[in-house]
Amino acid sequence: MHDSEVQIQTADFDLGVEVATLRAGDGGAGAVVAFVGTVRDRAGAQTAGSITAMELEHYPGMTEIAIEAMVGQARLRFAGLRGVRVIHRVGPLQPLDQIVLVAVTSAHRGTAFQACEFLMDYLKTQAPFWKKESTSAGARWVDARVSDDEALSRWGIVADNA
Amino acid sequence: MSSSDHAFTVQVRYFASLREALGSSQLITVDAGCTVGGLRDQLIALGGAHAQALGRGRAVRAAVAQQMAAEDTALAVGAEVAFFPPVTGG
Repeated sequence: MHDSEVQIQTADFDLGVEVATLRAGDGGAGAVVAFVGTVRDRAGAQTAGSITAMELEHYPGMTEIAIEAMVGQARLRFAGLRGVRVIHRVGPLQPLDQIVLVAVTSAHRGTAFQACEFLMDYLKTQAPFWKKESTSAGARWVDARVSDDEALSRWGIVADNA
Repeated sequence: MSSSDHAFTVQVRYFASLREALGSSQLITVDAGCTVGGLRDQLIALGGAHAQALGRGRAVRAAVAQQMAAEDTALAVGAEVAFFPPVTGG
């Protein structure tokens, strides 16, 4: 087990190592679901051109507290949830880099699929991170998306972010 | 932290586009009973970059004591208040 379920770091992470650590010694875990978010090299509809770099800013202290609270919510909602590991990178990133990992374990797959998606939907609209994209046309802060608020609303939670 | 009958000081922090426009943080003296929304209006009244970045037409979110906070949240003595744009992590 890690000392902490939640980690904010500039360094990259290794999915295999993280999953192995999450499962280590837990014979009751029959399912692992992991989501990895990565930096695309093309911008969304809001920006023309390809992305040359991305900067991730966060609110030190609050970000960790917010994600730990989300993990607590997930544990209340999904009783069979066993291991949880959330890593979010900050600082300068390049296209194709990994940004975020959410990995969970449970006895059976249903809980693991649901808890992983719940945590990502929650994180997208409630954890204080901000992305700044650089393109050949200059740098701009990424706009929040209403579709991310809608994703959280499926869980009965009002995001009120975008 | 407690409420006060007198004016008091809060630390205001900014992130992302608001940090670029207004700097990382500043100390602001507010009246007793001030809320997040009241503080935002007070900052807007400073004019200039504050009026531009925090204006009522802009999507601005807030936190008090590192918890997401609505505009009607009351400020406590010594509170850390943060203003930032909608979040875009993940």
